[in-house]
Amino acid sequence: MPHVPDALAPLACPAAPCSDTPCARPAEAFVPSPALPPPPSAVGPLGWLRANLFDGWFNSLLTLLCMAFLAAVVPPLVSWALLDACFTGDASMCAQSSGACWTFIVHKFRVLMVGTYPPAEAWRPALAGVLLATMVGCTAWRRLRAAALAVLWLLLPLAALWLVGGGAGLAPVDQSQWGGLMLSVGLALVGILVSIPCGVLLALGRRSRIAAVRALCVGIIEPVRGVPLITILFMASVMFPLFLPPDMQINNLLRVQIGMILFSSAYMAEVVRGGLAAVPKGQTDAAKALGLGYWKMQAFVVLPQALRHVLPSLVGRCIALLKDTSLVIIVGLLDFLGMAKAASQDQQWLGHDAEAYIFCALVYWLLCFGMSRWGRSIERRTAHRAR
Amino acid sequence: MQKTLVCLFAALAICLAASAAQADTLEKVKAADVLTLGVSEGVPGFSAPDSAGKWTGFDVDMGRAVAAAVLGDPDKIKYVPLASKQKVVAVSSGQVDLTSRTTTWTMKRDAKQGIDFTVVVFYDGQGFAVKKEAGVTSAKQLDGASACVTAGTTSELNVADFARANNIKLETVVFESKKEAFSAFLSGRCDAFTTDMSQIASLRTTAPNPADIVILPEVFSKEPLSPLVKHGDNQWKDLVTWVIYGLIEAEEKGITQANVLEMKAKSQDPTVQRMLGVSGDVGSFLNLDNDWLVRAIQAVGNYGEVYNRYFGPGTTFDLPRGLNDLWTRGGLMYAMPIR
Repeated sequence: MPHVPDALAPLACPAAPCSDTPCARPAEAFVPSPALPPPPSAVGPLGWLRANLFDGWFNSLLTLLCMAFLAAVVPPLVSWALLDACFTGDASMCAQSSGACWTFIVHKFRVLMVGTYPPAEAWRPALAGVLLATMVGCTAWRRLRAAALAVLWLLLPLAALWLVGGGAGLAPVDQSQWGGLMLSVGLALVGILVSIPCGVLLALGRRSRIAAVRALCVGIIEPVRGVPLITILFMASVMFPLFLPPDMQINNLLRVQIGMILFSSAYMAEVVRGGLAAVPKGQTDAAKALGLGYWKMQAFVVLPQALRHVLPSLVGRCIALLKDTSLVIIVGLLDFLGMAKAASQDQQWLGHDAEAYIFCALVYWLLCFGMSRWGRSIERRTAHRAR
Repeated sequence: MQKTLVCLFAALAICLAASAAQADTLEKVKAADVLTLGVSEGVPGFSAPDSAGKWTGFDVDMGRAVAAAVLGDPDKIKYVPLASKQKVVAVSSGQVDLTSRTTTWTMKRDAKQGIDFTVVVFYDGQGFAVKKEAGVTSAKQLDGASACVTAGTTSELNVADFARANNIKLETVVFESKKEAFSAFLSGRCDAFTTDMSQIASLRTTAPNPADIVILPEVFSKEPLSPLVKHGDNQWKDLVTWVIYGLIEAEEKGITQANVLEMKAKSQDPTVQRMLGVSGDVGSFLNLDNDWLVRAIQAVGNYGEVYNRYFGPGTTFDLPRGLNDLWTRGGLMYAMPIR
């Protein structure tokens, strides 16, 4: 738009009325009529429906089919899950109602959370859970410095182990009594905290210039990645004890945890290797030119960039590890899902598997979705810092 | 290929385990002051954690009786849930002292897998359930009926064998899982439902009206369930065996959880006196004191009491004793003489 200096305007158009000049005459100027309102069929809820659900016969058909499906599924589901459901009372009341028996979950809540842990000591895993939640909160809302966070995160599993396992002032609770959500979260937490550093080391080793280190790392990563987790768990739990001398017993949980760490490390290593490959060679050259040694170069130049690249996949692996913990039921550890299954086999409460599974799905979803959101927020934060 | 490898590993492992099997389980249990008991990850009626997180069930009580006899306290047990695939190896490798977990006594397991069975505590086997309104009282009346079964199991073959042996016609309708087969039976797809008796009883409790379903008395396959111990430790095997025989004999002699002390003080029956340690010295045969059976019965009751606690008339299962009744009442429970 051409710029007309304000000072010229009075010259071109004197304030006095001048009938023979072609200046602005507001009364006679062309005034466009105001736009007509859009046809009622294009606005409002109706228009939205038309634009999004009924544009064309195919979409209309799909919409109708989906609505028919929802109409068939939702009302019975709602009446089962809410309207006809039992929330209080006991097993006999549940047996009379046709809806869901959430009483079952209420009655089994502690068993689902901590398994066969002695009820009198149940405050200990609860306290460990509170500690974990506090740590998650502090990290998510950045209440502490990064170094303090790292130290606390490494101390957390030790504190939780002491609280749950006992010793040093607390009554010892044998590992065979651990179970439920506590076991799942514990396995996943230790697995994640240990397997990320292990994965990073394996990935660096795989790119090492020393042939022996490279061979060793490939020799760990590839065989482990080549077999399903179930196989590793079986080896750890069923076969391994047979090769130990009879007086040497390593407990089942520890064997399974080591198996999971091994498995997860191999996958983490490949994820991190992807990130390492994406760091331009100029970066390492520049680091070398500055006189940084190998470890300093990796720690301050290469890894921060590499990990930022692969953050989404790393978070993905962490979520996968949490979900993979449910496989430990096949080696007789009653994790959250296993406990739900076992609890629904209680003779007094038979036939409530559906409620147990729905509750499990909900809790797993909450945990995984939370982790995923947290991962996204870290991504946004680090992306901002990188710019 | 994978299977051969696993077999190879297993064979090697069993050799190793067998060579190490000399370890003395009884001394180990006494030294640790705890019995490590292998249980299931949840089999209704046999072993499952209750709402307080305590393991309960028929199989659990067998383990509690052993713990009471050996350690004097039925609660001195460390429970190790075992998946079905682990239950044999866990014993042969010494991870658990005793597995009491719905395990069928078969020749291969007994002879080749480094374990010994003790006593059959529950004669399970395939049976039929029908609706009450059908008015059937025996499986032999099922001529021309249809039965819901689970695919890929021996149940299908067993039904065919049963039909042929009894000269009746039975049509099988096959389903993927037991639950599917059962709900099909409920909805009227078949006249009868068939699987192992204990599972029929447990599925029946999930029906809208369990009282409408009748379990027929015929059992036509062998699923003898027995606790198992490591192969080669005969002293420990003897101990577990005789604790269970003691519970069975106690039922025959009318010794119950409630009256065991009274029986001990007053009974004139020489067998009862021997069992309860009033006369003779049978406890020493097992390297225990003479009150071993008194403690076991105080902990769980006699065999019949244990059975009735989980499967008896007052329970949701309401499973007829059948083969699990005493030999004096036509069942198979027959304890060897305690003397």
